[in-house]
Amino acid sequence: MIVAERKPIEEIVKLIGDCRHIVLAGCGTCVTVCGAGGEREVSVLASQLKMHYRQKGIDVDIREVTPKRQCDSEFVEDIRAHVEGADCILSMACGAGVQMAADRYPALPVYPAVNTEFIGVAEEAGVWAERCQGCGDCILGITGGICPIARCAKNLLNGPCGGSHGGKCEVKTDRPCAWHLIVERLSERGKLDVLEEVLPAKSWWTDRSGGPRKVVREDMKK
Amino acid sequence: MSKSNLQRVLETGHFAVTAECGPPKGCDTTELLHYANMMKDVSEAINLTDNPSANVRMSSLGCAILLTQHGMEPVLQMTCRDRNRVALQGDLLTAAAFGVHNVLMLSGDHTSLAEVPGARAVYDLDSVNLLQVGRKMTTEHKLMGDSEFTGDIELFIGAVENPFADPFDFRVIRLAKKVKAGARFIQTQCIYDMQRFREFMKQVVDKGLHEKVFILAGITPLRSFGMAKFMATNVAGITIPEDVLKRIKDAGKENAAAEGLKIANEQIQEMKTIPGVKGIHLMAIGQEKKVPDIIKDAGLLPRPRV
Repeated sequence: MIVAERKPIEEIVKLIGDCRHIVLAGCGTCVTVCGAGGEREVSVLASQLKMHYRQKGIDVDIREVTPKRQCDSEFVEDIRAHVEGADCILSMACGAGVQMAADRYPALPVYPAVNTEFIGVAEEAGVWAERCQGCGDCILGITGGICPIARCAKNLLNGPCGGSHGGKCEVKTDRPCAWHLIVERLSERGKLDVLEEVLPAKSWWTDRSGGPRKVVREDMKK
Repeated sequence: MSKSNLQRVLETGHFAVTAECGPPKGCDTTELLHYANMMKDVSEAINLTDNPSANVRMSSLGCAILLTQHGMEPVLQMTCRDRNRVALQGDLLTAAAFGVHNVLMLSGDHTSLAEVPGARAVYDLDSVNLLQVGRKMTTEHKLMGDSEFTGDIELFIGAVENPFADPFDFRVIRLAKKVKAGARFIQTQCIYDMQRFREFMKQVVDKGLHEKVFILAGITPLRSFGMAKFMATNVAGITIPEDVLKRIKDAGKENAAAEGLKIANEQIQEMKTIPGVKGIHLMAIGQEKKVPDIIKDAGLLPRPRV
């Protein structure tokens, strides 16, 4: 899933500025699961904002809505019923959802209420960790199901580097060294010989270096 | 005959010496030239670090060219951290054009370790891939993508290895990959744990790698107990055993540096006897002016002329 974290209230208030009629739009998918921008978080932020402005003697009109997926051209329509007379949309969706809302309602400023972090997993309750960088050319089949592009700080194809110590990364010592994990896993499977071969330089053409990416499925087009 | 003095010395079977010199934090090269001049006659070549710990310095390429113009032989250190494959290949051509003949290729300390973090880490290639590029350029006379280029290029290409990083048993496998990719000499990370280094070298010899690549053992004399503790805890990939730390501590503030030099000397003597070790790489961080004495006291003078 896409993992996001809510911005601090001070930053959100600053973004909103003079807006007093606010559409607060969550999203029912990734940010709901990671507890950053689902229906519940929309309700919590709405209360916080009301309290913040009430202390300043200001009345705000906050309209809560949480489409199933804000990044989807069909579901983003759910916001339309709330935009009449609004000053802005405050989106709690990931960056994709924020932009979809901004494109669909171009007359209104759309402000992000979360920071989109990464594609990751829920390791345990309250802990999410990065797993995928979306490089567009998956090598997990070679590296034992552990991605060195997303999980090695230097995205090495032939790690581990000299900074791997006790299974931890030199960059953040509470993070595992991805290459240590890869070596361990392939070693357990008796497949360490795979790593004796040099993995050739990666083409980043399928990553961001090819410019903004797009997937077109002719068979699914209407 | 190869253009690299370091290569000639190694290939004729001499125990080689290289010394490290950090490029200046600034554009005044007086001190760099001063230290390099002290090092040139007591070593085969002088390493120029590439923005070490991701901190801004004069470029290693610029300094390497400068040393070449002053009749000295540099080892150009080149990391994958700050430049992509386009810039790296361009720099290799530039090095060759200016008569720089030794290049050390490494991944590089991560940008997050810098005094001012926040720079985007490049790592378009990793060190093993960069070695492949270097080999292709020197043996096939082609760039990545197979296009040819003009002029003669002769580079003696090396890599680093840290025998103290983990997982230990994989280090030699990775070293073998670097050799396969094109490394012809290796300069190791600073060594303090001689026992583990011996184990590492045994694995190197068992795999026959010592016959394919020249290994120079990294030596850094400890200056003080504070420096030792700092290096042990803050510098990526450095291990200092308790007994070494104790010797520096017991020497007291006054004699710590002398004790550090004594330990370094003992290490160099031991290195001469370890199968597969073909020389030392002296990184006298903060003690550059002592380099001639360290090498003299180690019985490594005069340097061979080949």
